[in-house]
Amino acid sequence: MAQIELSGIERIFRLGDSEVHALRDLSVSIEAGEYVAVMGPSGSGKSTLLNLLGLLDRPDAGHYRLEGRDVTTLSADEQAEVRRARIGFVFQSFHLVPRLTAAENIGLPLMLAGVAPPERAARVARALKDFGLETRAGHRPEELSGGQRQRVAIARATIMRPAMLLADEPTGNLDRATGQEVTALLEALNAGGTTLIVVTHDPSMGARARRQLLMEDGALRQDVRRPESATPATG
Amino acid sequence: MTPADTLRFASRAALAYPVRTALMVLAMAIGVAAVVVLTALGDGARRYVVGQFASLGANLVIVLPGRNETGGVNAGSFVTSTPRDLTVADASALLRAPLVTRVAPLSLGNSEISVGGKLREVLVLGTTADYVDIRNYRVAAGQFLPREDLGRAAAVAVIGDTLRRELFGNEPAVGRMVRIGDHRLRLVGVMAPSGQGLGMNTDEIVIVPVATAQAMFNTNTLFRIMVEVRSREAIVPAQREMEKIMRARHEGELDVTLITQDAVLGTFDRILGALTLAVAGIAAISLAVAGILVMNVMLVAVTQRTGEIGLLKALGASGRHIRLAFLTEAALLSLAGAFVGFALGHLGAWGIRLTWPVLPAWPPQWAVIAALGTALTTGLLFGVMPARRAARLDPVQALMKR
Ligand SMILES: Nc1ncnc2c1ncn2[C@@H]1O[C@H](COP(=O)(O)OP(=O)(O)OP(=O)(O)O)[C@@H](O)[C@H]1O
Ligand SMILES: [Mg+2]
Repeated sequence: MAQIELSGIERIFRLGDSEVHALRDLSVSIEAGEYVAVMGPSGSGKSTLLNLLGLLDRPDAGHYRLEGRDVTTLSADEQAEVRRARIGFVFQSFHLVPRLTAAENIGLPLMLAGVAPPERAARVARALKDFGLETRAGHRPEELSGGQRQRVAIARATIMRPAMLLADEPTGNLDRATGQEVTALLEALNAGGTTLIVVTHDPSMGARARRQLLMEDGALRQDVRRPESATPATG
Repeated sequence: MTPADTLRFASRAALAYPVRTALMVLAMAIGVAAVVVLTALGDGARRYVVGQFASLGANLVIVLPGRNETGGVNAGSFVTSTPRDLTVADASALLRAPLVTRVAPLSLGNSEISVGGKLREVLVLGTTADYVDIRNYRVAAGQFLPREDLGRAAAVAVIGDTLRRELFGNEPAVGRMVRIGDHRLRLVGVMAPSGQGLGMNTDEIVIVPVATAQAMFNTNTLFRIMVEVRSREAIVPAQREMEKIMRARHEGELDVTLITQDAVLGTFDRILGALTLAVAGIAAISLAVAGILVMNVMLVAVTQRTGEIGLLKALGASGRHIRLAFLTEAALLSLAGAFVGFALGHLGAWGIRLTWPVLPAWPPQWAVIAALGTALTTGLLFGVMPARRAARLDPVQALMKR
């Protein structure tokens, strides 16, 4: 059983009289621990797909089975629970809460899950150390560099040890070197067993993934898998 | 999310926008302060009036000519339109009622007092020796009117303290002769300063025997009769006795009104209580306005923090989490406003007491509790809509907002 199974997914946006078919008849399955890059031209439905995978959005038709369970029929609060426990998000624009410190931002999911403060502090401290942010724990987002902000966001996304990480152009707002740093970080998490699904415009970044989904006009055009052995030297 | 976390998260959010928070707290504070100050004023006025009437004496009945009919009409009200006058003989008759201890007939008129070339207008009160005891007045020098037959027009007078100062300065007044109208009277006493008092103030009046006053004003009617009964409990039966006597004297018709302090107090208490309530209601409107402000500010907060709400949802916050966070924030702001307003209101009441020391302007307990309760309820009530709007936001749309 695959971790993610999408079958016949349709997503249609209606704006007045016009309809935008953001996803059409999309079927794909992704195993636990995979590293998938979603690529394609602007407006091809990449973000829509990622939002759907993250249970932030619902399809108009089709089924989404997550770890064997049909999650399209869950209530909003049940979906929130799944997101809290199983899914981590990384956004292009970081999405840190400006008034909270780095440590508090990282601890947000633990707070929402009702983890007791002492355990929370311990886990946040470990995450800060793992992501090289110990000296920035008390800093607010505006006092951090772009790379540090994204590291805080990744630390936050992984603090609940989710089964999958969804990243929508995580390096889009970073310079090349910092982008590579962040990519390496995400790949290290994937190496640790977390499913990693990255939307990217950057072909070189996409090429690093073992599997590439090429979207076009809401449909899956190509599903390319690289053989396990042929890991690129840059990896 | 534990309650402590919700509280911390909400208070951090409130503090992150200090101007907005300060304005909202101020709006709520003004509402609460208005309730506290206005009810303090209303209740102070009520207590002042009640206190003044209480100084009349608890076992006093005042008899007025004329019937003030409140409970329908009786046969008498068709027969006569002008009531019979009250006379000194009526007063003497009332004294014969077993429960009545003292009686003071009162006759009033304006005249002029002159002594040693000084002349001024005065109010002349004709009464008897018992008056000073009924009203608990004190005589500063000399003595009060002599105890004698009600019909005897002795040529004596007692003056108030202000009059004494104006007419005699530092010289002794007792024993001096004064002219009041056409009558020459000897001063036998000076009243002690009476201070603030409701109705008549003894400081500026001349008190003479009732028969003297009636001769002076060429009348045989009385302004009213003050009757003291044995005890407070005796008031009701004494009233019945007196009504019987008056009816017998006035050919079977009860054409006088008996007023007791309790009845007067009750009426004033009700009127001023209602006034306080009305004032509190008006002040509560400002609380409602504050509530609407809370709602708008919270709606702005939801719009301002749309991205954050989207993020929280992506991190797995349920609708309940978000609703609670925003409701807590609204409640915190209202609570802060309520406390600031409470303090401001007490400050205002203190200022009123300082400016008008006679007014016991303390906000009543119920008003304070009601104001704080209303502030909190308003904040919560008007916070519900924005909180629900926040909880219902579509996460994808919310995340796209920056
Ligand atoms: N809320 C919405 N309402 C209407 N149309 C929408 C909405 N969201 C997305 N779309 C449309 O759906 C299509 C797919 O959008 P999507 O954001 O998934 O594209 P994308 O592949 O992520 O593009 P990009 O690379 O520019 O981020 C686009 O045509 C977009 O205009
Ligand atoms: Mg996109």
